[in-house]
Amino acid sequence: MGVLLLLVGYFMGLYFLGSGTGGIIIALVIWAVMNLIAYFQGDSILLTLSRAKKIGRDDHPRLYNIVEEMKIASGLEKMPQIYIIDDPALNAFATGRDPNRAAVAVTSGLLRKLNRDELQGVIAHEIAHVKNRDVLLMVMCGVLLGTIVILAWYASRFLIFGGMGRTRRSSSAGGGQAQLIILAVALVLMILAPIVAQFIYFAISRKREYMADASSALYTRYPEGLASALEKLAASTGQVKSANQATAPMYIINPFRKKGMAASDLTSTHPPISKRIRILRAMAGASFANYDQAYRQVDKSQGGIMSTSTIDTAGVVPLAVAKPRAKEEKPSEAQRARETSDVMWRLNKYKTITCDCGTKLRVPPKFKEPAIKCPHCGRINPV
Amino acid sequence: MVAVYVIIGIAAILLIVFITIYNGLVRRRNQVKNAWAQIDVQLKRRYDLIPNLMETVKGYMQHERQTLEAVTKARNLAQNVASSGVGERAKAEGELSSALARLLVVVENYPDLKANQNFLALQEELTSTENKIGFSRQYYNDSALRYNNQTQMFPSSIVASMTRFKASEFFEVTVAEERAAPKVSFT
Repeated sequence: MGVLLLLVGYFMGLYFLGSGTGGIIIALVIWAVMNLIAYFQGDSILLTLSRAKKIGRDDHPRLYNIVEEMKIASGLEKMPQIYIIDDPALNAFATGRDPNRAAVAVTSGLLRKLNRDELQGVIAHEIAHVKNRDVLLMVMCGVLLGTIVILAWYASRFLIFGGMGRTRRSSSAGGGQAQLIILAVALVLMILAPIVAQFIYFAISRKREYMADASSALYTRYPEGLASALEKLAASTGQVKSANQATAPMYIINPFRKKGMAASDLTSTHPPISKRIRILRAMAGASFANYDQAYRQVDKSQGGIMSTSTIDTAGVVPLAVAKPRAKEEKPSEAQRARETSDVMWRLNKYKTITCDCGTKLRVPPKFKEPAIKCPHCGRINPV
Repeated sequence: MVAVYVIIGIAAILLIVFITIYNGLVRRRNQVKNAWAQIDVQLKRRYDLIPNLMETVKGYMQHERQTLEAVTKARNLAQNVASSGVGERAKAEGELSSALARLLVVVENYPDLKANQNFLALQEELTSTENKIGFSRQYYNDSALRYNNQTQMFPSSIVASMTRFKASEFFEVTVAEERAAPKVSFT
């Protein structure tokens, strides 16, 4: 992808400025500036854009504990920050340029729908993104892609609206043929570069997703948790309202699936969900080697998904014993929903007063009166 | 003259290789130490949780004195051997784990207890602590395995034996019962 950027820069430069190096320098400067912004401000921009609210241990003990468990399992040194996005869609993402400055965010919908094992699988996937430094990689790649797209776009405008005169002038000097070739190459690059860059970007992103799935299985020793979570995620149709194109690879499933279209297997930044589930369920152990084997089995291809060096370091890892299915889920979905909405009210600084008749009164932060009347039974409750 | 340069060059390369391998070994060993400290934190947390749990449970479960006493005994025993070696400690902790698991199975027969908010919070804490112990043990064993591999495999084995890196012990669960029993889960 970097080569592509340099090529685009070189030929644009050659055509517009008469020097390829000049073009390369411009391309690199744009890229560097964008990278710096992404590096230092990326995570806070991302979290602000997605309107995520930070939580502590007391706000949601179960979520906090699960993140801490996965922090321990992955050997991460610092506890990542935890955010909740108030969105009924089921999704989660990780951010942070290095493992010590990481954050994971989950939607409130996810907290409602997933049980403990499933949530653990999802969090493990996100922590794996942090641990494998995917966040940084994908941000860099995303910025590179963005730079190529911007360059190609501007260059094409210049070519269409301002380039003609220049060509005529210089062709009279006798260098017409060379100029024409450069023009042709520049044109082809302008059209193809953004497309090719996008394909490379998606390929990298998909590979990192597989890696994160494999790591999630390794950390939890229980691939079924993530598999069943993905199943629930695939069945949901909601899009995350606050997601955008650049942040898409950070989510556990593509946040841009078409409205009303379930289980999209055409997602591009992410591998097909059904395939991810099948691979996870085909695993005979929890190691990377097992994942690679399962991948070959499902994909029916010769090449695995991981390099041999990654596989070698893992060793033999048995799966956790299958957990007995409890008769009823605890906490049940209704309980989880109540718990999650309680957290969301609290995070929005609403006070909760339980009236003697059992009614829960949510008092907005603007409410300044000393007491409030219960709408059901008429008792006066002090605020 | 050329020969001298070649010899100096080879020596320099060997030195660099030695330093790299040595540093790699130190890093791995520190990782193992750090992982052990993680287990320690979680085990201490469990010692602290148990008295609270007993206090909450006692009123509801008068007929289960034996189970409760077994947990308390196992806890005290584990705390006593807390400063001894990996192997002995693993055994005591394994027994505490299985005593706790038995208690939490018995709890299923007490619907009143299961509705107690205080108990539910404790139960989540305890489940999570059990999980954390499991995960830190898993991470400890993984890093111990990697470290041991490195001390035993060529060429790092040479450096390891020269600088006396010892292989580290695994934290194995020695109680057969616990190994056979399914993981406790309250989902």
